[in-house]
Amino acid sequence: MKKLSVKSVVAIGIGAALFFVLGKISIPTPVPNTYISLQYAIQAVLATLFGPIAGLLIGFVGHTLIDATSYGPWWSWIIASAFAGLVIGLVTMKMDIDEGIDTKKIVRFNIAQAIAHLLAWGLVAPCLDILIYSEPVEKLFAQGLVAGISNILTTGIVGTLLLVAYAKTIVKKGSLNKED
Amino acid sequence: MARIAILSYIKRNSLVHELTGTTKLIFFIAWSVASMVTYDTRVLVGMLLLSIVIFKVSRIKIRDISFVLGLAAVFLLMNNLFVYLFSPEYGVGLYESRTVLFTIAGPYTVTLQQLFYHLNMTMKVICVVPVALLFIACTDPSEFAASLANIGVSYRIGYSVSLALRYIPDVQREYHNISQAQQARGIDLSGKDKLFTRMKNSVAILLPLVLSSLNRIETISNAMELRGFGKNKKRTWYSLRRMKRNDWIVVALVLAVLVIDLVVTFWDGSRYYNPFI
Repeated sequence: MKKLSVKSVVAIGIGAALFFVLGKISIPTPVPNTYISLQYAIQAVLATLFGPIAGLLIGFVGHTLIDATSYGPWWSWIIASAFAGLVIGLVTMKMDIDEGIDTKKIVRFNIAQAIAHLLAWGLVAPCLDILIYSEPVEKLFAQGLVAGISNILTTGIVGTLLLVAYAKTIVKKGSLNKED
Repeated sequence: MARIAILSYIKRNSLVHELTGTTKLIFFIAWSVASMVTYDTRVLVGMLLLSIVIFKVSRIKIRDISFVLGLAAVFLLMNNLFVYLFSPEYGVGLYESRTVLFTIAGPYTVTLQQLFYHLNMTMKVICVVPVALLFIACTDPSEFAASLANIGVSYRIGYSVSLALRYIPDVQREYHNISQAQQARGIDLSGKDKLFTRMKNSVAILLPLVLSSLNRIETISNAMELRGFGKNKKRTWYSLRRMKRNDWIVVALVLAVLVIDLVVTFWDGSRYYNPFI
């Protein structure tokens, strides 16, 4: 494995801290143990900026800390969080936000996060739950579906707005014009 | 928003506190694996009793962690309720027999097998709770990164975890400040607004938070680079302690638990202990 750069190491640390803090203030939905989670918006933005390994570890470390300080780790969902970060990072790889943002990049970011959350909560989390906790399949897929859709919506709305706003704060290369 | 109550390190003098972080990390991981693998009632009861004993030894009081236990109880209750609502006959299929106790309404009968399944499922979660809570409450955060490196995780990742633990209070304070400032400008996150408005409003808080965090990442990584972080293959840790006799005993104990767990669980070829046949 390629060595992590110093910047990625720090981004993972701060990203996991953000993930943790936002995870603690989530808004509940009517399905048990499922929340509208702002932390996934931040994870998606940081995965886009710092790459798949950062996305993976932000999800893994952040989610483990959230679970371990509340009711003991629920590993299947922790792994799903990490998986979502990895997929978003992979699909948005080499998409340089610092060079500015356009509709194409926004669409790619949203496709990335939709695929990531669909797979993570619709497939990875329920399958691991069946394997580890042996809960009824119908319950797990209903739970996963609600979590997945709510995460896709949250990341789609909040994540996209954050990404666009961030790109606007960066001064682009060649933005200065020589006056004639 | 008031300060969120978060479980953190509680300094006491006890056998559990004296163990090195590495021992506790190995214990925590092995214990999680053991509880995930098994569905055998006998093993689960044994693990539950052992975890209560460990909790007593740690001298952490129930009231230190009561708010966390409340959360765990709600979580378990909801989980059980929804499993039952979706699949009231799940235990019947699992244990291949059916003993109806009474009927609530329609398909919602209460069977002995279903109750037994709920009991096992709940125990499976509960027996990890004390160990996970103790791991957080009895491990010095500064020792944690050293422990991760000690069991073979790359020190870069260990350092990330340690940075996360270090900056959680800072990020929390910052979030609090920003959200108060935005609330003063009339931006509301509470239930009074519509869900979509709330989401849009949250961007007004998250954007300053993300931008300041990106600045922070820049500053910290510059500082670390200046000090030559990541130049060498290895790194030593100031807080790393050597494993003592007690540490080896505890590691041996948890490995024994894991082996017994695997043997008892899979001896008869099934993951479930079935008293009904």
